[in-house]
Amino acid sequence: MTVATPAADPLAAAAAPDVRRAGRWVLWTGIVLLVLWVLVPIYLLMVNALSSPAEVNAFPKRFWPSFDLSSLTFFFQFQGVLEALWNSVRVATLTMLISIGLGAPAGYALSRFEFPGKEAFRFLVIMTRAFPLPLLALPLAVLFIRTGLDDSILGLALVHAMLALPFAVLITFSLFSGIPVELEEAAWTLGCTRIQAFVKVVLPLAAPGIAASAIFAFVISWNEVFAAAVLTIQNRTLTAFLLQSLNVSPLPLKFAGGAALVLPALIFIFAVRKYLFAMWGIANR
Amino acid sequence: MQRALPYLLLLPATLFLMVFFLYPFGLVVVESFTRGGEWTLANYERMVGHWRFSTAFWNTILLTAVVVPLQLIMALAMATMVSKIEAGRTTILYIFAIPLGISDLAAGLIWLAIFTQSGFLNSMLSFFGLIDRPIFFLGFDNLLMVFIAIALAEIWRATAIMMVIIVAGMGLIPKEYNEAAEVFGASRWQRFTKVTFPLLRPSLQTALILRVLMAFEVFAVVVALGGTSFPVLMGETFNWQFTLQDRGVAAAYAMVILGLSVAFTIVILRLLHVPKEARI
Repeated sequence: MTVATPAADPLAAAAAPDVRRAGRWVLWTGIVLLVLWVLVPIYLLMVNALSSPAEVNAFPKRFWPSFDLSSLTFFFQFQGVLEALWNSVRVATLTMLISIGLGAPAGYALSRFEFPGKEAFRFLVIMTRAFPLPLLALPLAVLFIRTGLDDSILGLALVHAMLALPFAVLITFSLFSGIPVELEEAAWTLGCTRIQAFVKVVLPLAAPGIAASAIFAFVISWNEVFAAAVLTIQNRTLTAFLLQSLNVSPLPLKFAGGAALVLPALIFIFAVRKYLFAMWGIANR
Repeated sequence: MQRALPYLLLLPATLFLMVFFLYPFGLVVVESFTRGGEWTLANYERMVGHWRFSTAFWNTILLTAVVVPLQLIMALAMATMVSKIEAGRTTILYIFAIPLGISDLAAGLIWLAIFTQSGFLNSMLSFFGLIDRPIFFLGFDNLLMVFIAIALAEIWRATAIMMVIIVAGMGLIPKEYNEAAEVFGASRWQRFTKVTFPLLRPSLQTALILRVLMAFEVFAVVVALGGTSFPVLMGETFNWQFTLQDRGVAAAYAMVILGLSVAFTIVILRLLHVPKEARI
C-alpha cells in the first residue's frame, strides 16, 4: 500500500520516504476536504429538516438537529404536498417504463446488428445532447392542450422520457455489447429461437444493468424542475410544487421539502453505485 | 425477417425521437418567428427590448465562464486523487458522486440553508464573534453575494457529473502508457499533461458538452437562491411562458439558449477533436 509499484518507480523508491509520506498526507487531506465539501451541505439541510420551525428560524443556529419532527409534519400536512409526492412517483415510474421500453430494444439492435442507417440513428441519439431538452416543454405544452394531455401525468412523463431516452439507449447499448454474442449463438444451436435465447441467456445477464439504468431514468424524472413546472398546474409534481411556492412558503417548509427531494435520490444513487461509472464512462464515449 | 429485425427494434425509439424531439424543436423555431399567424421578428424585438434580457444573457454566460473551468479542475483533481488510493476507493467515489443524484432545486435549497439570513453561515460568523447581527446575504443590494452563492451551489451540484465521466475515461487508459513514461523519466506533471490529458480528450469532450449545456439551462438553483434578483435565460423563458403567458417571446428565449448550446457543442468538439486513429 505504501509503495504501489516499486519495480516501475525506481526514482521514487530511492527518494526519501519523508517525501512520500508528505505526499500521502497532502493526498488524504485533499480527499477529506472534498468529502466534507460534498457531505456537510447535505448534513446542514438535514439538520434544518429535523428541527422545529422555531429552531429553523432562530439565530444563531445550532449545528446539530434536535430531532423534532414538527417541520416534517408541517410539510407533509401542507395542502397539496402528498398529492405532489404521489404525482412525482407516478411520473417517474412512467418515465422509467417508457424510456427503458423504447431504449432497450434500440440498444440491443445497435449492439448486435450492422445495418444501413445505424450511424444515422446513433447520430440522432447523440445529437440530443447538443439540445437543451427541458425547453421541449414549451412547444409540447401547446400540443398537449390540443390532444388533451395538458396538465396530465402521462404528458409530463413523455417529456421526461425524452430526457431519459438517449441515456437509456446508450447505456443498454454498452450493456448488451458487454455480453458475448457467442452465448446467444450457442443457445440458437441448442434449439432456442431468437426470442428464447434472448429471454433465457441475455436478459438474466443484462437485468441488473437494465435495472440500474431504469433507476437512473427514475431519478432524472424525480429531479426535473423546468418541464414539470411548465407543464403541470393542478397535478404538480413535488419539484413543481416546491418551485412555485418558493416565494410564499416559510423556510421550514422549504427545507423539509428539500430533504424530501434529496433522500430518495440518495437511496437510488446508492442502489446503482456499482453501475455509475460503467454506465457513464462507456455510454458516453 | 432477419433483415427487418434491427429496424423493428429501432422503430419505437425513432418514432418517439421524431415526435418528441425533432418535431417540437421545429415548432419552437416556427413559434419564435411568428406572431398572430404572421412571420415576423417581433418576438425577438420584444425580447431584446426588455431590460432583463441583456442582464439575463450576460449573467448566464458569466456564471458558465466562472463555474465550468473551476469544475473541470476540481473534477480532474478528484479523479487523479482517487486513482492514487486503494483503501476506501469505492466509498470515496460514491461520496464524490452523490450530488449527481440531487435535483438542482434541492441543491438550491441546500445552499439556501447556508446563506439565508438565519442560516448556517451567519450562525458560524456569529459563533466566532465576527458579527453581532445576521447579514442579509441574498438581497437585491448584495448581488455579488447572490452570485457567489449560486456559483457555489452550481459547483457543488454539478462537479460530480464531470468527475464520473473523467474517472471512467481514466479507467480506459492502459496503465502501461503511464508506466512507460515513468521509465523514461517523465515527472508526475509531465505524465499528466503528455499522457493522461491527451488520452482523456474524448471523455473531456463529453464532460464539457454535458456540463456547459447544463450551465446554460441553469434555473432552479437561481430561483431558490436569488429569487428574481438574478435573471438568467432559462428563468426568463419560464417567466414569459408561465407568468406573462407570452409563448412567442418564450420561444425566442428558447432559441437563444438553443443557439448557445449548439454553438458551444461545436466549439468543444473542434477544440478537443480526436482523430479516429488516435482513439483507444
